[in-house]
Amino acid sequence: MAGKLDLDAAVVARARELAARAGQPVVDLARSHTTVSVERAVLRLAGVRGADPDGIPWVNRLVDAVRADVGLEHGVAVPVFHALAGSGVEDVTVLAQKAAAGSVRFSLPSGKAATTARRLAKRATAAGLRTVDRRRAERDRMIKRYGDPRQRPWIYLIVATGDIHEDIPQAQAAARAGADVIAVIRSTGQSLLDYVPEGATREGFAGTYATQENFRLMRAALDETSKEVGRYVRLTNYASGLCMPEIATLAGLERLDMMLNDSMYGILFRDINPIRTFVDQRFSRQIHARAGIVINTGEDNYLTTADAVDAAHTVTVSQLLNEFFAHEAGLADWQLGLGHAFEINPDLPDSFRLELAHALLARELFPEAPLKWMPPTKHMTGDVFRGNLLDGFFNLAGALTGQGILLVGMMTEAVVTPWLSDRDIALQNVRYVLNGAGNLHEDFTPGPFIRGRADQVLSEAIGLLERIVDDGLLNAIADGTFGIMKRPADRGKGLDGVVATGADYYNPVSEEL
Amino acid sequence: MIIRPYGDTTGDGMVQLSFTLPIPHDKRAEGAALQLANRMGMDPAMLVHAKQMGDGYTFFVVYGKVTHLVDTDQVQVVERDFPLLSAKEVNAAVKRGLRRRLSVVGACIGTDAHTVGIDAILNLKGIAGEKGLESYPELAVTNMGAQVSVPDLVETARERKADAVLVSQVVTQRDAHLHNTRAMSAAFREALPAGKRPLLIVGGPRFDELMAADLGVDRIFSRGTTPREVASYLVHALVGGSK
Repeated sequence: MAGKLDLDAAVVARARELAARAGQPVVDLARSHTTVSVERAVLRLAGVRGADPDGIPWVNRLVDAVRADVGLEHGVAVPVFHALAGSGVEDVTVLAQKAAAGSVRFSLPSGKAATTARRLAKRATAAGLRTVDRRRAERDRMIKRYGDPRQRPWIYLIVATGDIHEDIPQAQAAARAGADVIAVIRSTGQSLLDYVPEGATREGFAGTYATQENFRLMRAALDETSKEVGRYVRLTNYASGLCMPEIATLAGLERLDMMLNDSMYGILFRDINPIRTFVDQRFSRQIHARAGIVINTGEDNYLTTADAVDAAHTVTVSQLLNEFFAHEAGLADWQLGLGHAFEINPDLPDSFRLELAHALLARELFPEAPLKWMPPTKHMTGDVFRGNLLDGFFNLAGALTGQGILLVGMMTEAVVTPWLSDRDIALQNVRYVLNGAGNLHEDFTPGPFIRGRADQVLSEAIGLLERIVDDGLLNAIADGTFGIMKRPADRGKGLDGVVATGADYYNPVSEEL
Repeated sequence: MIIRPYGDTTGDGMVQLSFTLPIPHDKRAEGAALQLANRMGMDPAMLVHAKQMGDGYTFFVVYGKVTHLVDTDQVQVVERDFPLLSAKEVNAAVKRGLRRRLSVVGACIGTDAHTVGIDAILNLKGIAGEKGLESYPELAVTNMGAQVSVPDLVETARERKADAVLVSQVVTQRDAHLHNTRAMSAAFREALPAGKRPLLIVGGPRFDELMAADLGVDRIFSRGTTPREVASYLVHALVGGSK
């Protein structure tokens, strides 16, 4: 359905070129730094498991111990595997325990010993990556056996009870009722934890902790349901916050299918240090690329803070940047669930036509990407009847503009976390629209209003990208160009976990990716 | 004045109600739904819609006449003692009243690592569809995060020339929230003279809003507080009631 807007190919190419120029310095920065979480992700792939009695993961204890002895600028792999070779211990987790107890010291080998340590590290992390590869093959097999959803967009539903054992039956019920993708919302505040909690968890605030065990339990449950409903039900979580690389790794190890992973969300909305975010994000996207995971970006969030008409072009700019960063990290177009949202004030004249213009623009700029279409939240008032109507129009816009992943809007948005009946009514709404108008896009040709609006947003996006190229992306972020937050590169949470890499930096996983 | 709900005729008492019962849809389920409606004061009640969801749940819509009367003279409301302002009004009031940005320093003190509350109020992300105080251009927000010591808090408040200090306390084991709050307010009293002291505000799900004087703080916010309420209070207390 590309081509309805008659976008000028030269203008589109110019937008991409500007995004690449704006993004490249940040990529260079990401390549010349590492973070505590990147190093912990390496150790997770190398087989370090579990946590100490206080719940602090052994990967954290081990990275801290290495950092204290030799710093992180060389990477953890060489000092850890050098120590392993010298200690007579077989298992890296046992080594981590000894290091935490202070009975192992780390040093930097040279010559032959360094080569040996590198080889051992590579062998250990390769085993982890092989598991990720096996999970991906497993997914491909299951999709072949059970099939993809019969319709586009895929129907994406959220569960968020805080208790994984409550989430499971709710997710299974949602899948039986028609959900193609289940997202388990994370507990508030997890994004600012500098470690990944361990084990199955039963209490969270407005969401459930992302842990390896919770991932495993939910995936196993949805495998059962996939078999039952005869289509592969996908599972989504969040690779965001301070532990982005580790959570991406755990997602790869436990066959999650989609991950929320935005290039700037943590910086703008969680005040995480910009450099930390860009370094973590690049590594996590490399893992997602390898694991065959579809990322979902978070452009919808800009529209919840700024006006959805005035700020429409910031969404386009962010999508272009997200696309550039994703391609650079090795993700293919089919893995780019670029985000956008239905957030224009419904009282505005022609609000629905403006929504269609914005949604079509995204569709035609990124024809191969499974766009993630987010429902209204800002203008959901508690009037549930009006909310249900608004959600119906949101669904219609999604069908009319060929969106890939449709997050089901709840009429009780801003009232309660969704009840069973809310979800049922919301799915009924989606089914009615897709059934009744799913192919309406064949008959829909936009007129001058929609085409003109799309052109305008694209040209505003180019204007903003030009300013970012002149200014530098980090400066633009520091000056409050996105959202309205000023986020200088030398501030924010997690900065102390960022380290510039030395000439001898070695990361067996990055090398492989 | 005595009133009843209004459907399409004065005094008809008509209301609508929807709910879910945890049983499959059958005749008995419909009877159960009507029984509930009756007990809620709907008589007669009409079951207009019933739909099974999944294996063991049924959604109902019931219309009916409620037997209750309402006396508007007997309604008691707890009035907020300050006006609830929009973000725009807050910013305008600060700009006009202070002619500079209003400085807010927030933290979780003691061993409390639960930043959920302070982040909900301060972070751009906010809560319940409302953006946090960071989103107000006229507020200069410093969020110190979790496990901040009282001396650090006082020092940062001084350094940032804080007009207000927001402290969140979620953990209540052995009354930790009360002890921490008292220690905090005492430290500010000791460190700064009365005129220079910032407005002290604590928040958390287990605080009693009437204990402010006892704890030595200016205001307590309890469960369900939104950023806008806090911002409105800051304007009320620091800029003056003028809108």
